[in-house]
Order: sequence, then structure tokens, then C-alpha cells
Amino acid sequence: MDDLLSEFLTETHESLDVVDVELVKFEQEPNNAEILGNIFRLVHTIKGTCGFLGLPRLESLAHAAENLMGKYRDGAPVTGEGVTVILLSIDRIKELLDQLGATGAEPEGADTDLIEKLDLLTAGGNLDAVPNAANDDGDAAAETEEAPLVIQALERELKPGEVSLDDLELAFREAPGPDLALPDAEMPAPAAPAPANEEPAKPAAKAEDAKPASAAPGAKPAAKTDAPVQNQTLRVNVETLEHLITMVSELVLTRNQLLEIVRRHEDSEFKVPLQRLSNVTAELQEGVMQTRMQPIGNAWQKLPRIVRDLAQELGKEIELEMVGQDTELDRQVLELIKDPLTHMVRNSADHGLEMPDDRETSGKSRKGLIRLSAYHEGGHIIISIADDGKGLNSDKIRQKVLEKGLATDAELDKMSESQIHRFIMGAGFSTAQEVTAVSGRGVGMDVVRTNIELIGGSIDLKSVEGEGTTFTIKIPLTLAIVSALIVESASQRFAIPQLAVVELVRAQSNSDHRIEHIKDTPVLRLRNQLLPLVSLRSVLGVEEGASILPEPTNRPIAQPTAQSTEEQPEAAADAEAEIVAEEAAHEIETANDAEAGFIVVMQVGGQIFGIVVDGVFHTEEIVVKPMSSLLRQISTFSGNTILGDGSVIMIIDPNGVAQSIQSDISEQAEELSDAGDEAQNARETTSLLVFTAGSEEPKAVPLSLVTRLEEIKTDMIEASNGRHVVQYRGQLMPLIRVNENVAWREEGTQPLLVFSDSGRSMGLVIDRIVDIVEEELSVELASQREGVVGTSVIKGKATEVLDVGHYLPMAFSDWFNRRDIHASKLSQTLVLVDDSAFFRNMLTPVLKSAGYNVMVFEDGQKAWEALSGGLSCDLIVSDIEMPEMDGFELCERLSADPRLSSIPLVALSSHTAPAAIERGRQAGFSDFVAKFDRKGLLASLYDIRNGRQAA
Amino acid sequence: MTDVHDEQNDRIAQLTGDDDTREYITVMINQQLFGMAIDQVHDVFSPQNMTPVPKARPEIAGVLNLRGRIVTAIDMRERLGLEKRSDDAVPMAVGIEHKGESYGLVIDEVGEVMRLPIAGIEPPPSNLDSRWSEIALGVHRLEGALIVILDVARVLSFGHAQRNAA
Repeated sequence: MDDLLSEFLTETHESLDVVDVELVKFEQEPNNAEILGNIFRLVHTIKGTCGFLGLPRLESLAHAAENLMGKYRDGAPVTGEGVTVILLSIDRIKELLDQLGATGAEPEGADTDLIEKLDLLTAGGNLDAVPNAANDDGDAAAETEEAPLVIQALERELKPGEVSLDDLELAFREAPGPDLALPDAEMPAPAAPAPANEEPAKPAAKAEDAKPASAAPGAKPAAKTDAPVQNQTLRVNVETLEHLITMVSELVLTRNQLLEIVRRHEDSEFKVPLQRLSNVTAELQEGVMQTRMQPIGNAWQKLPRIVRDLAQELGKEIELEMVGQDTELDRQVLELIKDPLTHMVRNSADHGLEMPDDRETSGKSRKGLIRLSAYHEGGHIIISIADDGKGLNSDKIRQKVLEKGLATDAELDKMSESQIHRFIMGAGFSTAQEVTAVSGRGVGMDVVRTNIELIGGSIDLKSVEGEGTTFTIKIPLTLAIVSALIVESASQRFAIPQLAVVELVRAQSNSDHRIEHIKDTPVLRLRNQLLPLVSLRSVLGVEEGASILPEPTNRPIAQPTAQSTEEQPEAAADAEAEIVAEEAAHEIETANDAEAGFIVVMQVGGQIFGIVVDGVFHTEEIVVKPMSSLLRQISTFSGNTILGDGSVIMIIDPNGVAQSIQSDISEQAEELSDAGDEAQNARETTSLLVFTAGSEEPKAVPLSLVTRLEEIKTDMIEASNGRHVVQYRGQLMPLIRVNENVAWREEGTQPLLVFSDSGRSMGLVIDRIVDIVEEELSVELASQREGVVGTSVIKGKATEVLDVGHYLPMAFSDWFNRRDIHASKLSQTLVLVDDSAFFRNMLTPVLKSAGYNVMVFEDGQKAWEALSGGLSCDLIVSDIEMPEMDGFELCERLSADPRLSSIPLVALSSHTAPAAIERGRQAGFSDFVAKFDRKGLLASLYDIRNGRQAA
Repeated sequence: MTDVHDEQNDRIAQLTGDDDTREYITVMINQQLFGMAIDQVHDVFSPQNMTPVPKARPEIAGVLNLRGRIVTAIDMRERLGLEKRSDDAVPMAVGIEHKGESYGLVIDEVGEVMRLPIAGIEPPPSNLDSRWSEIALGVHRLEGALIVILDVARVLSFGHAQRNAA
């Protein structure tokens, strides 16, 4: 009986969760008979099983709910109050089940309050008729909010006390419900327990029998639904799975150790069987890890109900859209993010979305949208929670930050919008004006953030005032096995989880990347930013130059032991490990120079910093093992692991490191990055990829135009139709040489620059990639040659800047023509205004090949003179920052001139900040496109032209 | 005095069952003989390839791989406030399981297994260094030597002093 009961509990809990979701769906689509059929069946099964197990209280409640649903199924109009009462009944059933699970017996008492309401609604009345229910209806919000309390109070009253006579009578009246309440053929209740009774020993049969029984009378809905096929699944105890996973982890480690040993013995006869063992282990690992994976939808299951209740409570209209429910992740991770996710959805509903009337006033639909989506990216899962509500109010946040003394006015002034927004994830921060029952309960976003960071994840947000807020959570798929970068510091190896690593930089005293010091703080110039650095030694509390290893006997690497060979095979493994480690130590170049070192650039939340290490080995899949409780208080480490060579190493906790250096670094980082931004704005540098092709003279292209740098094996290159192509990401990618002097490699790999656009890619064949540099790009000498924009001085050397636009049509002759840009045969005249020769030269061929007649001017003044002088044109594309007359002024003058005001004007700018765009709009620009966004520019022009034709 | 004595005996009885005698594994730390109840000792091994843990409290000698398990090694010399082992000495370790975690107590030498009468145990002398007395269950008088019986659970609990290493 116990087994039967626990099975019933598990099953019923699952069914009820489904009912919750289905009911909310049903409320939105009251005419969907299939959904109703589902719910009806589930509730009916519960009722039937309760009858069978002798649980009268549950049975009568389920019965009353079923009656009402039966009525809806027969076509009665579905009301919100009806659904609310059914949901409340479901909640009550859950409570009863919980008590049943805890005590093994159905709690005493009756549920007359709910049953009365249900019966009344079934009878066709509405709750207004019931005096005490009228209150509830009048104040829907209060009702839902207080309902659980009322229920509890009721139970407390009933449980110890005597059941009043009235109640008893009512209970009696209700108890035979299943038999009596069969005025029409709608109620198959007796049928359900009956067949089950015949085979009481088989719990499985009971469920099966109950289902067809319930479906039989309502043959129509049942026929429509795909009958729930028997799932080929098996319930397995979680502990059994956990144990399996631990064992597999051990197996992986042992396999790695064996592989290391065999690697040392070239002709070992173990090689082949070990290879097989290795493959089998890998598959086993994958298979077992798969058992831990669950669709994220499981964590979302309760959300539709929560959102529905919230919507009622808050008087808002909310639509919850969920995308990617099937995305799977580790169940441990799933458990841990359940609550944070629920909290965030509540937040979005409460703080994010506006009241329907406010929405209407601001030109939005009355119904607010919360969009929850999940997808995989690399080894991570990305979850985003987006609302189309009012967005974050930066001013309010600022005010609050000041109030709480989290930052000073001056500090805030220096911060970007997004930096200010991130304050809401700081401790004890809630901007809701009043603490509502829904969110502001003291637990805020900081708790959410902490929980997510605990599992090695990160959270970020984007918000545009008036348009909404999007939270993005990035978490590892699994906690048990992670990919880690093995580094060395102070002669010891450490693992850094790959998740936090952005890139690796090697600093050398004589190169561009060298460690510099501001006061005593080390920094690195990395592209446009100054990256704050911290050395792993100082994080670990080891002095510069010192070794962590106190005595030679304790050396983890290279221990020339005179150990006896008597010991277990593990001794041999250790010996191997030493050799490997020693070799590895020789392989890597250890940098001791103060200006040199390997820098692991890490990102933790919005904080980016570099950790200086002495050496970098490789990445390895490691099995995270918890540290013993004696070590757990060291925040720098998150665990330890055994490497393939058998040695134990500590796993660095990026969050711990970030915290330990936060105080000094975060402020510094922000100052520096701001300073960096300003410097960048002042100089307007461009990232250029420098390479050689055909000759030793350097050539360059703007890095932003390049999609990827690839090295393709020469045997992958095929000749087809007289052209060289390579299979690249499932497509044939044509390869074009920069010039005839570029020799096709005979063997090895061929470096390529890949350019992609609208799903098509081409590879530009070069000889060698030299460098990526930041330079203020000014083309000194315009070129007469095709494919070359001109010559520019880069790093003190004359460098040819290539015109990518020249090569693209060589790969696909229709590269620029595809988007039906030639919709109108009439060639249109386009005026391009840009002070940079580079851009003029780069854009002109692009625009020409898109079918425009291009006129070029080098500043606003010249363009204005020509246009006001009677030059007719159909479109203007203009840069913003120009000498003489800038883009804004040109635009204002044009809009002021009645002859010219109708010409669409597209702004090209490197500033796509909202403020700049807003100013552009006010000045009269039709559109704003980022420089280098060739695709965006063509699309914008296309839209403008089509829009005009339509008009 | 007798009260304390009884208390100690009770504690030993709890740990080892209720026979009249107990088996101890004896170890040598800095010329001093120590005993640990044998049923608390998992194995004896020679600590190899120990990885030091930066920022850990000084008593933590490091972590090491013992047949696929990660063992946290505690340097008993450090724990007892003794001078460091000389560089050429090869230490040994006693493996113990405590609350589901594996620890190794790094000592100088492992000796024989000894069966001693429970009644023979005496409380640690009151003038004993507190670092010793707090982890000692008591003292047995042997012929020509004293053996200090260690309480493994107390060896692994660093009390309130734990924080200062963090």
C-alpha cells in the first residue's frame, strides 16, 4: 500500500503541474476542446485514483472540480472566476497531497468552501450570488493574494476542533458525490474505480484503466487528441544516477591516466584496446551525463500560472511567451536556477510592465509581453527574460544609488547607462516605489545574481527606457565536468574554468602588449582599452619570484624521487606524471620579465580584468571535485581535480578572484575604460588586420569587415569549374587570391580571410597574417589599381589598404545585387559625403555595384554648395563628423530648403549611441547606419527607395 | 580528577567499542610516540606529489591523489607546533575518513600496532602544551616511553582559529 501511495503522490503531483499549465492555456483559448479534454482527463484520473485508495476528501474536491469542467466541456461559457476557483481547488489538492505525503493519511476536514463555489458555478450561477464570494469577486486581487492564508486558517480551525454539524452534513452530502452526481451520462466516475478494483495489485493498471474510462464518454475530445502513447521511460532514483555519474567521472580520470602512460610507450600492445576503452568511456560519459539533462521547460512549468495570478493581482494584462523549452541542461543546474528565474519573471511582471492604461498612452498594446527564451551556445546555456515594459529609469537608479551611498555623484557621472543599470543587481537594491506583495520582498536581484554566480554563471542586463528590459543569464550546461585552462604560477599549476576566460594575451617587454604600470598598478593596453591586471601570485599570496613550494620533497612537478618500485601501479603513474610535467615545463616558455607574462583575460559579470600567470599549458576537461571542508573557506578556489597525469590541482574560482580584487580594480577599470573610450573618440582609430599576400609589403583590411580568420588544410581545397572552392560550414565557399602573386600552398594549411554576408561566404587567400593594429586610418595615396583603396601608414610602414568591395563580386558576381536592389531599373543618383578618403573609396564601388550613380563630396560644405546650386539627386549618404560643415548642419540646411527637404538622408557614423541617433533624427536624418555596416547601409537605402515608391 | 578520567574512558569506549583493550596504531612525530585507534585509520601511505594549497592555513600540507581520491594532508608537526621536518626525511601519512572526506595526517614514521588496556589511559597532564592537550585523548604509560593517544576528530577541527587563514 505504501508503494501504491507514494506512486500515486508522484504521479498526481506531475499531473497537477500539467493541469496548472493547461488551465492557464485554457483560459486564453476557452474553445480549445483538446486542452479541456486533457485537463478533464487528468482531474478525472486523480479523482478515480483517490476513490480507489480511499481518500474521500480528495475525491470529493476533485469530483466537484471535474463537474465544473465537465460543464465547460459540454459548451458552457468559461469564466475567469471559474478558472480561478478550479485553480484554487488544485492548490488545495496539492496541499492535501503534501500532508498525505508527510503523514501517510488524508488530513481531516472538508473543503466545503471550495466545493460550494464549484457546485454553484456548475449549477450555472455565478459567485456574486454567494454573499461571501461577492467580496472575493469584487476585489479579485485581494482574493488571490489572500486565498492561501484563508485556506490555512480554515484548516487550523478544522483540524483540532470538532467539525461543525453543518459541515458534517455537507461533507456527508458531498461524500457520495461520485455516485449521486450523475444526472447525465457525463460522469464516468464509477467506471474508473471499478476496473481498478479488479486488479488492485497492479498500480500501473489503475492509471491505464482510469484513462480510457474517462475518455470513453467524451469520445469526441479523446479522438481528437493523440492518445498519450505509453512512454518508454523508467523512473530511476536520483541517487542511483548520481552514483553512476560519480563512477563515470572516476572512470574518465582513470582513462586519462592510462592514456598518459601509453603515450610514453610508443609500441605498447595496450594501445588499441585502450583506444577502444577510451571511446567507450567517452560514450558512456556522454550517455550518463545525458541522464542528468532535463529540458529547461521543467523549470518554467509553473510560470504560466504564476504570471496569470500576478496579472490578476496587479490588474495588468500579461502575455508570457516561452521559447526553447526543450533546451536541456543539467538537473542540478536546473534546480538552482528555478527560483532565480521565477523571481525574475515576477520582477518583469511587477516592475517591468506598465499598467494597461499607461501602455496605451505610450502607444503600446495593452497587453504586456514577457518573453522567456533559452538556447545553447558553446558549452553554455543562454536564458533571456525580456519584457516590453517601461525599461529601467536611470535617474531613479542614480537617485537610489546616491541615497544608499553606493557611489558618489562624480562617480555616477562617469558611468555609462549600462553601468548604472547594473546597480540594480547590487545588494539591497529595489527601485519599486512601494514594496509590493509581488516582488520587492527584500530579496532582490542581488540574490538572483549571487545564486547564478554560485553555479559559475553570469548575468547581464540591457534596458532601453520606454522599450523594455532584457536580462541575459549565461550558465554552464553542467557542473560536474568543465573545460578548464591549465596555467602555471609560482611553479604550480592551476585550472581556470574556460567559461570565464575571454582570451589569452602574451605580454613581452619589447612588443605592443607589455605590462605597464600606473603608480604600482599593472595594466595592459589591449586594443582600445586599458585592462587592469592582477598577478595570480598576488591573488594567491605568494611573493614575486618566490615559489609556492616550500620544500623540494613536496614538488608537484618534477620530483626526482628515489621511491621504491614496490608500490601499486599508481606509483608508476606518478613516475610518468613527473616526466610529462617536466617536459611540459620545458615546452612552455616561462616569462620572468616584469613587463612580460601570459595574461588570461577574464570576464566576471561586467567586470573584465587580466590575470598574469607564468605559463599557459593547455585546456582540459576536468571533473570538479569538492574541496575538503578544511579548505572550503578559501574563496580563491572553487574545487580541486585530478589531471590526466594523476596530479591534483586547485581550480581557481573566477568570482572569488574578482571579489578579492574588486575594491581596487572595479573602480580603476571603469575609470580606465572611460578614459579609453574618450581617447578612442578623440582619435577615431580603426582596427586593421595586417597581412602579406604576394609580396612582402604589408596589406591591410579593416578588421570589422572580416568575419573570420581561417586556416584551411590544403587538401580541403578543391577545384570546381575552374575556380578554387572549399567546403565551409556546409557550403561551398569560393576562394579568391588577393593577386596572382599569391601562391597556392602545396601542403599544410592555407590562411584565409573569410567575408560573410547574408549567409554567403568567400575566402580571400593570403600568405600570412602579420598583426592586428589600432590605427587612425588615413589614406595618404589614393590608388589607381583595382582592389586597392590606397596606401596608408600603419605602424610606420606604407601599407596597401585593400578594397574588399572589389573582391566580393569576384566570388559571387551578384554579391551586391541579390537583394533586389535593382527593383527599379531607373538608376538613381546618390550623393556620398565623407571626409575620409578611405570610406569614400570603400563605399563608392559598393554603392555603384548596388546600382546607384554615385557623386562624391569630401565635406558638408562642398555637398551643400553643389546641392543648393541645383545638383539633383535621389538620396544622400553623409558622414557626421566632417570639417567645415558637419553632417548635422548639412542635414538641417537641407531640411530647411523646400527644394531639398524631401531627399532622404542617411547618416553614417561610428557613434551609434542612442543620444547621437536621437539628435540625428531631430536634425532630419531618415536613418542612422554604423560605419562599416555595408549591409545595413544597403538595406536602409533599399527600404527608403521602396518606401518612396510605395508612397 | 577521576571524573575527567572517566570522561576520557567513556570517550574512548564510544570510539572503539566496549572491550577492555584497544588496538592502536603507533606513529612517531619528532621522537614522540602517538597512538590512534586502529578502526579510525583507513590506510597508511607515503605522501607523493603533494600539491600545496595557497592561502590555506599552515597546518594544511597540501592535497594529493591517493588511488583516485583527493586527500587533504595535514602536517602533524605543524599541527602540534613542532619544528619542520628536515628536507631529507621522507614522511609517511595515516589516511583517515572523517565526515565522508579523506584526510592524511603526515607524520614521521609508522610503528607497530599495539593493544593497550583501556584502564591504562590517563588524562593528558595539565601542564601539557594546549596545542597537544586539545587533540589528545590521554596518555598511556609504556615501558620506557609515554604514548599520546590522539583524537582524530579533534585533530581535524581547528576550532575558531580557522578563520585567520582565510
